[in-house]
Amino acid sequence: MSDENRLNAHSVTLAYGKRLIVNDLSVSIPDGKVTVIIGPNACGKSTLLRALARLLKPQAGEVTLDGVEIGKIPTRKVAKRLGLLPQTPIAPQGILVSDLVSRGRTPHQSAFQQWSEADEEAVLDAMQATQTLDLAGRRIEELSGGQRQRVWIAMALAQQTELLLLDEPTTFLDLPHQIEVLNLVRKLNRQQGRTIVVVLHDLNLACRYADHIVAMREGAIVEQGVPESVITVDVMLRVFGLKCDVITDHLSGTPMVVPAVEDYI
Amino acid sequence: MSDLAKARVSSAYIWRSKQFSVRLDPRTIWASLALLVAVLIVAIWSISAGDFPMSIADIFASLVGEGQKPHDFIIFKLRLPRLLTGLAVGAAFGMAGAIFQSLARNPLASPDIIGFNSGAALGAVIMIISFGATGFLVAVGAVAGGLLTAVLVFTLSWKGGLNPYRLVLVGIGIGFTVYAGVSFLMTRTDIFFAAAAQHWLTGTLNARIWRDVYVTWLGFGLLAPLALGLQMSLNRLEMGDDMALALGIRINIVRSLMALIGVLMVSIAVAGAGPIGFVSLVAGPIARRLTLSSGACLGGAALVGALVLISADLMGRVGFAAQLPAGVFTAVIGAPFLLWLLATQIRKGAM
Repeated sequence: MSDENRLNAHSVTLAYGKRLIVNDLSVSIPDGKVTVIIGPNACGKSTLLRALARLLKPQAGEVTLDGVEIGKIPTRKVAKRLGLLPQTPIAPQGILVSDLVSRGRTPHQSAFQQWSEADEEAVLDAMQATQTLDLAGRRIEELSGGQRQRVWIAMALAQQTELLLLDEPTTFLDLPHQIEVLNLVRKLNRQQGRTIVVVLHDLNLACRYADHIVAMREGAIVEQGVPESVITVDVMLRVFGLKCDVITDHLSGTPMVVPAVEDYI
Repeated sequence: MSDLAKARVSSAYIWRSKQFSVRLDPRTIWASLALLVAVLIVAIWSISAGDFPMSIADIFASLVGEGQKPHDFIIFKLRLPRLLTGLAVGAAFGMAGAIFQSLARNPLASPDIIGFNSGAALGAVIMIISFGATGFLVAVGAVAGGLLTAVLVFTLSWKGGLNPYRLVLVGIGIGFTVYAGVSFLMTRTDIFFAAAAQHWLTGTLNARIWRDVYVTWLGFGLLAPLALGLQMSLNRLEMGDDMALALGIRINIVRSLMALIGVLMVSIAVAGAGPIGFVSLVAGPIARRLTLSSGACLGGAALVGALVLISADLMGRVGFAAQLPAGVFTAVIGAPFLLWLLATQIRKGAM
């Protein structure tokens, strides 16, 4: 297990109460890359992400950030280095887009430092990057699903963390909006060098946007590496129990999963 | 960075130096000022109106120490303690209500709805009926009853976190159960104690003395700054535990502290004026609408609570031939508001 990366899980066991989700799993998140976690429903993807973001305390093992056990770092300090967008964040009723994005500055603010120049710039930058500046004065309820997701990402960006974890940011979005969000993710990574971890369901989009793929099944990592090495006929069968062919996406040159045609009769 | 873009991101008033910056939303400032003015007007009106009306000139003369003897007596012995107690009690009810509504992300989760007032009532009635207590001991019973009920409600509705709907339902259930105890005691006692208990149960500011003023203001004055200091964290909690934690909020500490502050505030308010209903229910939502705040507006809720309570007391004192307790009027204002809240919650599918 290489410890050169900033965010690592060392043999973590994760459970909700007595329900064991992940057993003795280790993973290292490559710095400066887009990592995508894939796997069937209920395989522990989100649970692992929550543990990496210190939202779930491992029953055994530990998650380390910059070499220190993450639970031992004051949560506000973690929040300056690592951001997370949960699957279903709750937008306060009637909140303006600009106010919601501003809330990303929470870990940088205090009673005496309520709105510094740096806060203002971070919020503006985040809104420019996500093209939400035009929505600034709108209420969150008035927005479409895709716009809303961009606003949430803007909030996570305004937090200005070098590591950013996104839990299924494309759920409930149609394909063009999924592409829009993932293009944004890639832009943030390529232009600003942020380390990003995304949980995704769509395998072909995962192949397109990931530098590194982690494939999970039943709380364990089956395979990880570049898309070409992870997305294979064999691994798909082992991870999803899916019979398929893997061809090359002629636009991006990345692997593309084509499910086998079943006989229905 | 263009100024236009900056203006879009924030319409707030901002003061900045190197290590220090303050951000105030204009709407919050104006709404608070308007509320303050309204409180001041009703307060002056309360002092001047009554069986013995006084002009504003008379009041000011007394306040600067140059008033006539009868005026001084009525102001300093009767009306001022009553008014000041009402302000603190109303503010405490209002702020506590806003705290619980925010913690549960549900406007129905105000302490009078989720059983705290009933618990306080049972404590007080036990003291009055079983021990023939009056005054201070009744207040002690009320505080103990409210605290115990709060602990019970939180324990029963806690399951790996505070579930808002469970809290409201458990709270309403326990509230009714506890109130059955009150009814039982009332049927079991003689008419004298029953009348005393009933009077206390409605909630009133009648016959408040300076000790009531000191106790309620001391309590509110200590708790309110703590609550205001935690307001930002409280508002982040409304976005869900995961989001709040991701933003660096120590969620369990904030939640426990806020619940404790809220329960203590309710206890002080109940001890000061009895279990006056509906003030804590209406204050938070009204303050939110006035300030257009996207989170709990604790300062605004305190102002609204104070305004509602002293207005209800004034109406009870001068609106009718007989003096009526403030609790009657808060119920008259509050009940339709509760129905409206229920209706909108049902329409949203939240209940």
